[in-house]
Amino acid sequence: MMQRISNSQLYQLILTNIRELIREPGVLFWGIVFPILMSLGLGVAFTKKKDVITRIAVIGEHHLVKEPADSASALASFLLANKSVTEKDKSGNQIHKLTVPDDKLGNTTFIFQSFEWKEAMVLLKRGNLNLVMDEKNGMVQYHFDPMNPDAQLTYLKLSKLLGSTGPVVKEANTEVKPLTVSGSRYIDFLVPGLIAMGVMMSCMWGVSYAIIERRSKKLLRRMVATPMKRSNFLLAMITVRVMMNFVEAGLLFLFAWLAFNITIQGSVAALFALFIAGNFAFAGIAIFMSSHTAKTEVGNGLINAVSMPMMVLSGVFFSYHNFPEWSIPAIQKFPLTMLADGIRSIMTEGAGFAETALPIAILGSIGFVFFVAGMKMFRWH
Amino acid sequence: MSGTPVIEVRNVHKSFKTVQAVRGIDLCIPPGRFVAILGPNGAGKTTLVEMIEGIQQPDQGDIFIDGKTWKGNEKYLRNLIGLSLQETHFIDKLNVWETLRLFASFFNIGRERCEEVLRLIALEEKRKSWVVNLSGGQRQRLALGIAILNNPKVLLLDEPTTGLDPNARREIWAILLRLKEQSGTSLILTTHYMEEAEQLCDYIVIIDQGKILKEGTITDLLGEIQDLPVKPLDTRKITLDDLFITLTGRHLDDATHIK
Ligand SMILES: Nc1ncnc2c1ncn2[C@@H]1O[C@H](COP(=O)(O)OP(=O)(O)O)[C@@H](O)[C@H]1O
Ligand SMILES: [Mg+2]
Repeated sequence: MMQRISNSQLYQLILTNIRELIREPGVLFWGIVFPILMSLGLGVAFTKKKDVITRIAVIGEHHLVKEPADSASALASFLLANKSVTEKDKSGNQIHKLTVPDDKLGNTTFIFQSFEWKEAMVLLKRGNLNLVMDEKNGMVQYHFDPMNPDAQLTYLKLSKLLGSTGPVVKEANTEVKPLTVSGSRYIDFLVPGLIAMGVMMSCMWGVSYAIIERRSKKLLRRMVATPMKRSNFLLAMITVRVMMNFVEAGLLFLFAWLAFNITIQGSVAALFALFIAGNFAFAGIAIFMSSHTAKTEVGNGLINAVSMPMMVLSGVFFSYHNFPEWSIPAIQKFPLTMLADGIRSIMTEGAGFAETALPIAILGSIGFVFFVAGMKMFRWH
Repeated sequence: MSGTPVIEVRNVHKSFKTVQAVRGIDLCIPPGRFVAILGPNGAGKTTLVEMIEGIQQPDQGDIFIDGKTWKGNEKYLRNLIGLSLQETHFIDKLNVWETLRLFASFFNIGRERCEEVLRLIALEEKRKSWVVNLSGGQRQRLALGIAILNNPKVLLLDEPTTGLDPNARREIWAILLRLKEQSGTSLILTTHYMEEAEQLCDYIVIIDQGKILKEGTITDLLGEIQDLPVKPLDTRKITLDDLFITLTGRHLDDATHIK
């Protein structure tokens, strides 16, 4: 019995595809390690409330000197009142540090350093400074790029602090209710997008490119010059890819669950069905794309031409609602958008079959149409 | 010259856009015969052989293998023939044994035969080596092993020794000579090395520009040489080349001259 199975061509073909997969370190890196690193990097960058450090240039030395006699300067008296720390930075310049604690929004540390105007402008252009301050006749002046949200934020925070009298560090932001419930964070947006993108890329390279490469090496024509069933060849390739995609998505989810406590709020069965439909759609597209050419360069270009626009437009990394109103209905019809939106709605909005039946049906049909068309044109030689 | 022919090719033509690759070829090969198709690069050897293999379709003419055409008998004929293409890269990261097992599974053949073939092509030591790490000669031996996995009644090898050094070439010859002794396989082998044709084959077909120039046994063909003005010293090696020159006015190995 075992002998029978191990002699069967479908078994051997599947085994071959698995062997190729696990013997290719690049596949494991791009398929598994890379998405996890990406979710880690972007997830930490945008999800955890980090302490904010802002750098402010103060024009002229005297505004920063903390002598009681000099308290004509509003800034100097403010720093004095709030017990700012004066220290030397790495290059030996004197800086004044003031940390405003905030356990909900994260601490803000202001670093003041005096500069000449010209110097300050150079640093501002380089992005080393958030804000330039000046004081004329007791009036505080703020110089910053109004298009820069960071600079604006620094200005708002600082002007509020300076406008108030007395020590402000203890003032609590009582009205702030941070939304950190699971499902509304960036990581909750990102992980479904990464899962969808993983399916697409895996099918593009693992099916499309792999077929084109076999054709270019004349392996395809060598294989069909045997009694091998052509359907088994494609079936094995797609099966192994889908298995791999399950592993990739599973590991990414596992990681996101451990690191960010991400959860599936909706129907797991619907998620499963949607994932299969997405795999089917992209496998079909991949077969179609690989049906004709024997040049790997052409394959490369094709894959980029198809996957790049979707990666940018389909809302993998950021919402496509930032794009112009008129383009959104079109964007929503891309298979990657449908898959990413569907996974997102199940994972974060608690959707089930009712909400995802349509995308599942459409993705399935896309797969079917491209598969049939691809097979019609498929060149085995 | 006995029995019904195992391969019969009748007036076959094949053209590509601007090239007439094969222009009316007839062949009749009885069982067990080893035939060399000898010709320079671009003569149409690959096109002819691939039409016999059912990989390309002739524009005109008929091909019968074991009395059957490709149309409607694909499954039967695929199990009957073994072949190696002019250039095939197998899967780089599969080892020799896994590659044999994969191709054996297409014929529903088990491991015993794979072991046998592995011994025959003398790659037992390389059983676990990835294909990508094999030398040219070893790769050709693997291709040959895959071609004979199913004990084919008809074996078609397209330039099995091109690009190999003399030693590697001789190893392939040894395998084929053993096969000739031990099985009733018919062989069609394309080459542009006269020595190969002489060493291995009973019958030689010289083709050029898609047409047969001369065919016959070595002795037949050497008979033609009587008219030549020059008396070569090493008759075995040079005569066919000389014959080719008298037939075409060109050297047989123009493009790929062996030193
Ligand atoms: N697929 C093809 N498309 C266009 N021309 C081809 C193709 N295959 C072969 N030819 C041409 O047909 C002729 C015979 O080629 P081929 O059968 O490969 O010769 P050989 O194997 O003897 O070197 C050559 O001129 C070659 O360029
Ligand atoms: Mg050739």
